[in-house]
Amino acid sequence: MAKMKSTLSNMLLSLTLIALVAAGLLAGVYTMTKATIDATNAAKQQAAIIAVLPQQEGLEIAEPIMHEGMEIYCATLDGQTAGAAVKVAENGFGGTFNLMVGFDAEGAITGFQVLDHQETPGLGSKMQEWFANPQVIGQKVGETNFTVSKDGGDVDAITAATISSRAFLLAVTKAYNAFMSAPAADAASGATVMAEENETENETVEE
Amino acid sequence: MKLIVAPAPHAHSGDSVRKNMLNVIIALMPAFIVAMIAFGWGAVITTAVSVCSCVLFEWLICKFLMKERSHVGDLSAVLTGLLLAFNLPCNLPLWIVVLGALVAIGVGKMSFGGLGQNPFNPALVGRVFLLISFPVQMTTWPRPLGFSGSYLDAETAATPLYTLKNAIKAGDSSILDELPTLWDSFSGMIGGSLGEVSAIALLIGFVYLLCTKTITWHIPVSIILTVSLFAVVFAAIAGLPVCTFLGTTLCAGGLMLGAIYMATDYVTSPMTHCGQIVYGIGIGLIVMIIRCWGAYPEGMSFAILIMNAVTPLLNMYIHPKRFGEKKK
Amino acid sequence: MANKALKTLTNGLLKENPTLVLVLGMCPTLATTSSALNGMSMGLATTFVLLCSNVVISLLKNLIPDKVRIPAFIVVIATFVTIVQLCMQAYLPALYDSLGLFIPLIVVNCIVLGRAEAFAAKNNAGLSALDGLGMGLGFTCSLTVLGAIRELLGTGKIFDFSIFPDSYGMLIFVLAPGAFIALAYVMAIVNKLKSK
Repeated sequence: MAKMKSTLSNMLLSLTLIALVAAGLLAGVYTMTKATIDATNAAKQQAAIIAVLPQQEGLEIAEPIMHEGMEIYCATLDGQTAGAAVKVAENGFGGTFNLMVGFDAEGAITGFQVLDHQETPGLGSKMQEWFANPQVIGQKVGETNFTVSKDGGDVDAITAATISSRAFLLAVTKAYNAFMSAPAADAASGATVMAEENETENETVEE
Repeated sequence: MKLIVAPAPHAHSGDSVRKNMLNVIIALMPAFIVAMIAFGWGAVITTAVSVCSCVLFEWLICKFLMKERSHVGDLSAVLTGLLLAFNLPCNLPLWIVVLGALVAIGVGKMSFGGLGQNPFNPALVGRVFLLISFPVQMTTWPRPLGFSGSYLDAETAATPLYTLKNAIKAGDSSILDELPTLWDSFSGMIGGSLGEVSAIALLIGFVYLLCTKTITWHIPVSIILTVSLFAVVFAAIAGLPVCTFLGTTLCAGGLMLGAIYMATDYVTSPMTHCGQIVYGIGIGLIVMIIRCWGAYPEGMSFAILIMNAVTPLLNMYIHPKRFGEKKK
Repeated sequence: MANKALKTLTNGLLKENPTLVLVLGMCPTLATTSSALNGMSMGLATTFVLLCSNVVISLLKNLIPDKVRIPAFIVVIATFVTIVQLCMQAYLPALYDSLGLFIPLIVVNCIVLGRAEAFAAKNNAGLSALDGLGMGLGFTCSLTVLGAIRELLGTGKIFDFSIFPDSYGMLIFVLAPGAFIALAYVMAIVNKLKSK
């Protein structure tokens, strides 16, 4: 077959055809993988929420409420508020990191999970392991001074990563404040309303 | 200018690599003595290990990798080892010191072809490599305890520069009360790397280097003046006590050690006096930018390495007048 | 014929190794080799794209007028890259988390466009497939080796298998400067071996 000449109509035709086939192919692959991708992401989020909340049977997790720019997932046990997981973003040493912090009904920290981060490997990246100790877990932000010991607080900073440590503690404090001031923390009916509003917001953003 | 070139024989001034290196080593001795007094055996052991391993690696690489006569006799490896040790905390595990020596000589110097070919100061390449690789060990500074201090279990202390950084970040001048007195900073009774703590000992060595014409004043003086000016202006704007801020900035950290002994390395600094002053101002600016706004409390080694990289450019634009060249 | 096919296949492995000899595709080479597994996955993803785009482009070469060949090639390449990205996100989410940012960058990887232009646009589909495979495997090999070196020196592990305690690891090799140092020494050794 002879090579196509570079005339305008040929160029248009060939590019259009290639682009159409490519678009069709991608649409196919996208439809095929979308369900799996959504399921994976949702499972990851759910696993993080479960991991930070008090370990109890029969915990029910409500739809997220948006409050002060944070997503709050309220957990109920037999209709009683059992705690909440708060997703919070904060600027660390290497960029923004996302943290899921769990609280019980009284506001004591039950666990946390670093969802993603860009901290220095070997230093700030140790957040997850370093802070999983009684200085953080089981404490209440109001009662413990949640700043690093170098700044006069009650928590030891990661060795040689004070900036990441400060950011971590700030994030936890922010999450606590959001949890305590969230309107739906004790009103289950409020939560549903807020969640619906939140969904509408999301739809607007997507469009 | 009249230049007369007489026919041979020429008198040799007696200048040699070996003689210059020896002069710098002699000039570093007062600082070494202060380090011994402040940190005890740790200082001696770290220095000995660093010097020996630098010399050993230089010899091994010359003999087995480059297959040429070794240049260990010119003392440049000894000086690299000494400067590397001076840039390390004195309670650093010894295997890290040896690794630093390997990087300084192997990566920093011999990879580029040996003495005279390296674009970066080898001792600083070693130090920065260690600083990035082992940030915990490299920033755990022993408190100066006097000669009785034992080797590995020394108490640790924050450096004055760390305190300074905290004060800048918090914008709170009361934090500065934690600083050691200016006399302690000047004489060397503060936390820091082994050889950088005593400004006075380093200045004595500077005078010796000037008297023996081993280095000229241009690089150290332009660095120190730039830093002083920057510090005064910055402290005045930030509302910190100018005198304390300036004193600590000058005496603490690697400023003196870097400005006098490492920025002046012949191979990696510009050739002309004019170039040297530009180079010095560059180092002064970068070090203050890192100290005031950067993530690290100290930036002397980064500043010198960055300006090392600029040196070939400076040499190209500010070149020595060629013999017989006419002014346009 | 068989000889030529073999030559095409092995060309990319050492003689014209895309990373160490042609020095193409440095962005993924430096950015994704922080561990052996990451390096290898990036290499394999690129191999898949190279193989598919080489075949498709050599089949379409007569249909594509010369003046619009670059946009046409890029559309083909981008399609395959997006397929890789979506599939990885769906079926290998852990890997996607560590490589996600760099997968779309395969589109602008010089090797892929370079082979399309230099080889696939001039040869038949069979040879182009072999070329894509060879080049891709060469790329994969160098990335895996680099990743293994950096992972070993930086954390004391190879493919997450612990060789020595990670407190002895040199962090610099996990970070960007270590990528440059490791690449330089691997290149020096390869040059030394080739000059013999």
